[in-house]
Amino acid sequence: MDRRLSHSETIGLGALGLMSLIGLWAAISGFGLVPDQFLPTPIAVIGRFIDLFREPFAGFTLQQHLSSSLMRYLYGLLLAAVIGIPLGLAMGWFRTLDDVVTPIFEGLRFIAPIAWVPFAALWFGTGIGGPIMIIFAGAFPPCLINAYRGARFVEPRLIEAARMLGTGHRRMLMEILLPASLPSVMAGVRVAAGLGWQSLVGAELIVASAGVGFMMVQAQASVQTPTVMAGMIAIGITGLLIDVALRQGEGLLRHRLGAD
Amino acid sequence: MAAIRFDKVQKYFGRGDKRMHALSNINLEIEDREFLAIVGPSGCGKTTCLRLVAGFDAASEGSVSVAGKPVMKPGPDRAVVFQQFALFPWKTVRGNIDLGLRNKAIGFEEREKRIADVLKLMNLETYADAFPHQLSGGMQQRVAIARAYVLDPEVLLMDEPFGALDAQTRVVMQEELVRLARVQPRTVLFITHAVEEAVYLADRIAVMTRRPGRIKELVDVKSVRDAEKWNRFERIEDVMDLDSFVHLRTGIWRSLREEKNG
Repeated sequence: MDRRLSHSETIGLGALGLMSLIGLWAAISGFGLVPDQFLPTPIAVIGRFIDLFREPFAGFTLQQHLSSSLMRYLYGLLLAAVIGIPLGLAMGWFRTLDDVVTPIFEGLRFIAPIAWVPFAALWFGTGIGGPIMIIFAGAFPPCLINAYRGARFVEPRLIEAARMLGTGHRRMLMEILLPASLPSVMAGVRVAAGLGWQSLVGAELIVASAGVGFMMVQAQASVQTPTVMAGMIAIGITGLLIDVALRQGEGLLRHRLGAD
Repeated sequence: MAAIRFDKVQKYFGRGDKRMHALSNINLEIEDREFLAIVGPSGCGKTTCLRLVAGFDAASEGSVSVAGKPVMKPGPDRAVVFQQFALFPWKTVRGNIDLGLRNKAIGFEEREKRIADVLKLMNLETYADAFPHQLSGGMQQRVAIARAYVLDPEVLLMDEPFGALDAQTRVVMQEELVRLARVQPRTVLFITHAVEEAVYLADRIAVMTRRPGRIKELVDVKSVRDAEKWNRFERIEDVMDLDSFVHLRTGIWRSLREEKNG
């Protein structure tokens, strides 16, 4: 970058980019360059987005679909955090555990969450279990990796100080490694939240009886493209809100820890 | 029985071609309640000596024992004060001091009492609920010393504890440590590269050679201090002006310089 931009300039440029995209979209769809069903106009999509809060589609309103998605999502993310963070910390502390788990983990983590869909449906059903497993598959690796790295890179002096004070394993994990790696853990949870949200909606395209992804599949089947795009907007906005909320939480936590 | 005993200690780091000989045949006995300082050129292995006693590293050959027991791993009977304080930033002053006591499974009331005592001893009463980053470097090091003292350790291991402090704070802390040694004498192993600090604080000084570190000379400070009554003076600068102090300091300086140029 040739020069630093002020905060307002950055926001201005961002708004400009977004407006151009919407303008281009409006131009292509509005002047009939492509058929409506290929690309509905922005007005049609926004209208549909608002309507969906009142009119049920595929059995539920948009907010009901959203809350159904969010519920699964929270369970899956929580499960990933509750298993991934302690396991990651423990792997960072106990060398043997690290040696046993790392090869398994490295072998599995490059399998995209969506690739688990058939087994998720088979093992846990298409109701609540299957989708939870998919989001778990997406959210687990960053939780584990960041907790592990956080624990491995704790300042050695602090670990030595804790050891000379006679700190046992359990207290070492809970009172030293966890707080010391909290910034890394929080960053991991934020990445996990993003990946989890992406994989959940993907999973709902296939398994689910309600949810934003499910709504989009139903709409696609009846070629209701404005509904599909309204679903995309709902996913985008929700994802953004989750990320903003977690960033705020991370900032508060760092402040509390005196990290900045 | 010596409080700390180094018996024919050799220490190597690394393997094969990269093997580095850090300590060569260290034999040293530190008496109970004795304050022994190790001085030496940088990289001579003086901190390694302390880490062997702390149990952070193990001797390659020979043995290190504390109160007659060979050192196997770190423990609260050998409390360490680090140069960079190493306080837990997420714990308050009280929380930092309390951890070692909790690890010893001491009851709540006894812990409260001991924490209150040590806070008073270190003039930290008003900072009990502060976090380390809210304190100056000197105050943080007081907390670290309190955290070590409260455990009532067999020996106190201090690794250049004032090295990270500014000159004025350093002097205050040195005087503080002398006061502390009078009120609550301990066996102290003190690592420093500052000769004046060593002469001012220690009963005995071990001068080390360049790598591989050997003990070149042991200087008795205590008999001079007692004979010349250094304790008459409150302030460090008054002691440093005494001929007996200057004489000792210069002798150790010469000895060290031979190492640096040699």
